[in-house]
Amino acid sequence: MQKFILAGFVFLIWMNGGCINSSGRNDQDISSSTDKYIENKGSDTIVNLALAWAEEYQKSNQDTRISVTGGGSGTGIAALINGTVDIANASRRMKSEEYENAEANGIEPHEFIIAKDAIAVIVNHANPIDKLTLEQISDIYSGKIRNWSVLGGEDLPIVLLSRETNSGTHVYFLEEVLRLGDKNNPTLFSRDTLLLPSSEGISSEIRLNPNAIGYDGLGYVTPDLKVIAIAKDPGAAYILPTPETVIGNTYPIARDLYMYTNGAPSGAVEEYINWIFTPDAQNIVSELGFIPIVNP
Amino acid sequence: MFKSRDWSEFVITRIIKLTGYSTIIFVVLIFFFLLNEGFPTFIEVPFASLISDRWYPIEGYYGILPLLIGSLVVTVGATTIAIPVGLCTAIFISEISPRWLRDILKPAVEILGGIPSVVLGFLGIIVLSPYLRVLLNLPTGLSAFTGAVLLAAMSLPTIVSIADDALDAVPRSYRNASLALGATDWQTIWNVTVPAARSGILTAFMLGIGRTIGETMTVMMVTGNAPVLFKGFLSFLYPVRTMTATIAAEMGEVATGSIHYHILFFIGIILFLFSLVINITASAVVFRQHKKVEKILS
Repeated sequence: MQKFILAGFVFLIWMNGGCINSSGRNDQDISSSTDKYIENKGSDTIVNLALAWAEEYQKSNQDTRISVTGGGSGTGIAALINGTVDIANASRRMKSEEYENAEANGIEPHEFIIAKDAIAVIVNHANPIDKLTLEQISDIYSGKIRNWSVLGGEDLPIVLLSRETNSGTHVYFLEEVLRLGDKNNPTLFSRDTLLLPSSEGISSEIRLNPNAIGYDGLGYVTPDLKVIAIAKDPGAAYILPTPETVIGNTYPIARDLYMYTNGAPSGAVEEYINWIFTPDAQNIVSELGFIPIVNP
Repeated sequence: MFKSRDWSEFVITRIIKLTGYSTIIFVVLIFFFLLNEGFPTFIEVPFASLISDRWYPIEGYYGILPLLIGSLVVTVGATTIAIPVGLCTAIFISEISPRWLRDILKPAVEILGGIPSVVLGFLGIIVLSPYLRVLLNLPTGLSAFTGAVLLAAMSLPTIVSIADDALDAVPRSYRNASLALGATDWQTIWNVTVPAARSGILTAFMLGIGRTIGETMTVMMVTGNAPVLFKGFLSFLYPVRTMTATIAAEMGEVATGSIHYHILFFIGIILFLFSLVINITASAVVFRQHKKVEKILS
C-alpha cells in the first residue's frame, strides 16, 4: 500500500514538473493579450536608467511588464540579432558587421537616441593630478606612460582600470580616446589593463588604490572619486564633465546612448519608447547623472 | 501480492539502471556539444594566431596562451597553498586535537565550504586586495596571488573533509602496533597513518584541484582579468586572466556562430580536458594503490 502511495506521489510531482511555462517574451504584435511583456537588455551604462524608467512606467501602466537586464552593449545587440529581446540598450552605435549579422537573421534594427552621457576619467582622491589632455590619456592607456611622475604626480606605477570588452563604454573609449577618433589608428589598450566586470569594481578599486586610473559613465561617478578635467588638444581649455559642458559640446568625450528595436516599434514597445521622450522620463535621466535629450 | 512485488522490482531496477546510464550519457553529450561548437575554431582561426600572446577578441586577436597560463598559474598557486594547509588541518583534526575541539573545528570547516564564491570574491575586493597591496607594496592588490589565496580558502574544506575521513578510516590497530613498537606519536602519524590513508588523501587533493580549476566568479572579481603572459616568478603578484573568467565575461556578447563564439567553446573544451586529465590521474593513482594493497594482502 505504501509503495503505491509513494509511486503516486512521485508520478504527480513528475507530471507537474513538466508544466513549466516556456513562454518568455512577447512579440510586438501580441498587444491584444492582457499582460504586455517587454524584454529590455544590454548596456550596463544604461541599465540603472532603464530600470528607473521601467519602474516609473509600470506605475502608470499596470498591464505592462518590463524586464531589464544588463550584460553590456555587445550582449544586448547580440540578443537583438538573435531575436531574444524587444529593445536592446547600447552605449555605442551598432557596427557594420552587426548590421550585416542582423540582416542575415532577418532583423531590421531601428535606432533611437534616448539620452547623452559623458565619460569621466577618475582617479583616487589622494592623486595630485587633476587635468590631462586626451593625448596624455591615450598614452597612459596604451602603456606609453607607466608612472605618475611623468605627468607631474608622485613616483607611483599607474594601474589601468577598464570595463570588459563587451561594454559599449570600452569600445567608445578605444575609438575616441585611445585612437583619438581616428579609424585607422591601430593603438590598443595596454596588455596590463585590468578588465573589471562591473562599474562598481572600478569605483571600489579607485577608492582603495592611489595608483589607479579608470573611466566610466558620469552617472556612476560618486562624490568620493576625483574627476579629471580634460582638454581636447594640448592648447585647449581643460573641461570638467557636467550637464552644461556636454549639452554645450565642449566636453570632448561625450556620447549618445541608444536603444534599438527590431523594425519600427509597435504596440506596447512603441508606447514605451514614446514615453521615454516625454519630460517625465527625461527628468529621471537628469536625476541619475546622465544628460537628457529633451530639455525637460 | 506476489505479482505486484515482481512488477515493482522490475520497474525499480530499470529506473536505477536508467539513471546510472544517464549520467554517462549526459557527460558524453556535453562533450560532443562542446566539440561541435568549438571545433570550427581550427578552421576559422589560423593556428599561429591561436598560440599568439594577445587576447583581444573584438579586434580579432585570438591568442589563448595568456588565458591558459593564467588559469594554470592561479590553480598551481592555490594548490600550493591549499594542499599543505589542508593536509595539516586534516591531520590535526583527526589525530591530534581533543574530542571537544574536533567537534568545533569540523563544522567550522564545513561552514567555510558553504560560503558562496561571490561573497568570497567581494571580500577579496574590499578587504584582501588592499591589504595585500599595502603589505607587499604592489601596484594593485588584484592579482593572481589574491585569486590563489581565495581559491585555496574555497578548496580547503573539500580537502580537509575528505582527508579527515580517510585518516579516520585507518584501523586503530595500525596506530596501536606502531606505538607498541616504540614510535612517537608524530612518527606514527607521518610514517604509518598518513601513508595508510594515501588513496583517500590523494582523492581529497584531486577534488580540491578540480574545484579550483573550474572556479569562475571569484577569479573574475579578484584577479584583474588582464591577459598577460607569465614572465618569471614575480608575475604571480600581478594581474592575470583565467579561462573561466573569459568565458563568463564574454559569452553574453557573442553572436551565435561567430568566430568569437567558437573560440569560447574551444576554451571550454580545454577546461573540460583539464578536469578530465586530473580525474583520470587521480583514479589511476588510487587504482594502483588498491592493486598494491591487494598484492600485499594476498
